[in-house]
Amino acid sequence: MGVGEFLFLLTGLKWTLALSAIGFLCGSAGGLAIALMRTSGVRALERLTGGYIALFQGTPLLMQLFVVYYGLALGGLHLSAWVAVSIGFTLHASAYLGEIWRGSIEAVPRGQTEAASALNLGYAARMKDVVLPQAIRISLPATIGFLVQLIKGTSLASIVGFTELARAGNIVSNQIFQPLLVFGVVGILYFLMCWPLSLYGSHLERRFAVATR
Amino acid sequence: MTKHAVLAGAATTEPMIVMAAVEKWYGGFRALADINLTVRRGERIVLCGPSGSGKSTLIRCINHLEAYQKGEIRVGGTRLGDDGRSIEAVRREVGMVFQHFNLFPHMTVLENCMLAPMRALKLGRREAEATARGLLERVRILEQADKYPAQLSGGQQQRVAIARALCMRPSVMLFDEPTSALDPEMVKEVLDTMIALAGEGMTMICVTHEMGFARQVADRVIFMAEGSIVEEAPPDTFFTQPRHERTRKFLGEILRPH
Ligand SMILES: Nc1ncnc2c1ncn2[C@@H]1O[C@H](COP(=O)(O)OP(=O)(O)OP(=O)(O)O)[C@@H](O)[C@H]1O
Ligand SMILES: [Mg+2]
Repeated sequence: MGVGEFLFLLTGLKWTLALSAIGFLCGSAGGLAIALMRTSGVRALERLTGGYIALFQGTPLLMQLFVVYYGLALGGLHLSAWVAVSIGFTLHASAYLGEIWRGSIEAVPRGQTEAASALNLGYAARMKDVVLPQAIRISLPATIGFLVQLIKGTSLASIVGFTELARAGNIVSNQIFQPLLVFGVVGILYFLMCWPLSLYGSHLERRFAVATR
Repeated sequence: MTKHAVLAGAATTEPMIVMAAVEKWYGGFRALADINLTVRRGERIVLCGPSGSGKSTLIRCINHLEAYQKGEIRVGGTRLGDDGRSIEAVRREVGMVFQHFNLFPHMTVLENCMLAPMRALKLGRREAEATARGLLERVRILEQADKYPAQLSGGQQQRVAIARALCMRPSVMLFDEPTSALDPEMVKEVLDTMIALAGEGMTMICVTHEMGFARQVADRVIFMAEGSIVEEAPPDTFFTQPRHERTRKFLGEILRPH
């Protein structure tokens, strides 16, 4: 494998990172909205977001990407692969992060909300200043775990023709006929992205376990 | 124990809290039945009764941490309904201290005390900090202002919680068993803080089984059982001549040396 091929893999890596970042950032915004609606106490909102979460947790990511890509095209909306997978990953991450953060919001002791209410804080201040800072801390290990899944999951975007790291590996391997070497390198690149995150996640989890003992 | 001179007769005749025929239901369970209670400005009430008798429920209805279903609650002239406006108006008047302190663990002591004045009263940071420092000084814990709640003892945390509530300048303070989660050696520092507050004329409703405190500061002791007010009397009468059998039984249990 020459320098040119390796640089091509790095271009794929760049798109993998970009897609992960978009999915995670937009998914965080969506997930926050979903978590807040899911814990709002408003029946209709709770049902709606509950259904959304169930739908996206109950179907494979691959199928979700297909539906966004081909489904929207059938509906007359022709999106580039890049936009389509970004939307797909955002919807997917919104559901998972929404569910993780719902759990974390509910894990903040009730007394916290009650104290905030008794101090005459409104909903926005109660959430922003009291509940969410604690919920985010509680959710960090699970959130990081999901981010790792998301990074690895971006490899599915290759199916709809988006050239991220896995697809770049496929292309190079077809050119130089050294699949083991190429996918070995691709694997190492994934590992270098995911492993430090996993380590950080379990570090936080341990620290959290000690703090709440 | 001697009664402080400043504590005698501080109550006015102006009604601060009025509960009229209040009922509270949890599903099919009636937690409060026909509660009638008027608390005058400056009055100190001690509320006692067996576990599950509805003491917490009663005071939590006053600041709408729990909604009530029948009757009427008025606080300082505002009729408490289920609308945000009346709830907010009532909570402006009412501070609350909880059994488990409920300090915000991710904020320092000072930040705990500054948050609500800045958000709910829209005070500037400087003004909020000055208020907070003043009240932390009053509960004699100013030197801990920059620590986090977890770094303080239970007694210190509860005093911070009292200061935090006072930063909102309430006219009434509700206490829900403020000392029952504390180690015995820390009970006194919290009770002393409450006694000082009573001495300054604060209207207070205290759920507590500290009968020494009741004797010393209460204008009236109220005994509840099964969601109803069974008996109410000034502490002297309450402890020496309880009228109801249930009260006598309760006092017998609670005053028996452990
Ligand atoms: N959220 C709730 N849902 C259903 N029932 C409740 C709820 N909160 C309290 N109750 C019930 O209402 C009754 C009164 O409860 P409350 O907490 O007011 O009692 P309490 O006098 O404060 O008791 P304790 O001394 O144990 O604190 C109890 O029987 C309790 O089981
Ligand atoms: Mg109680």
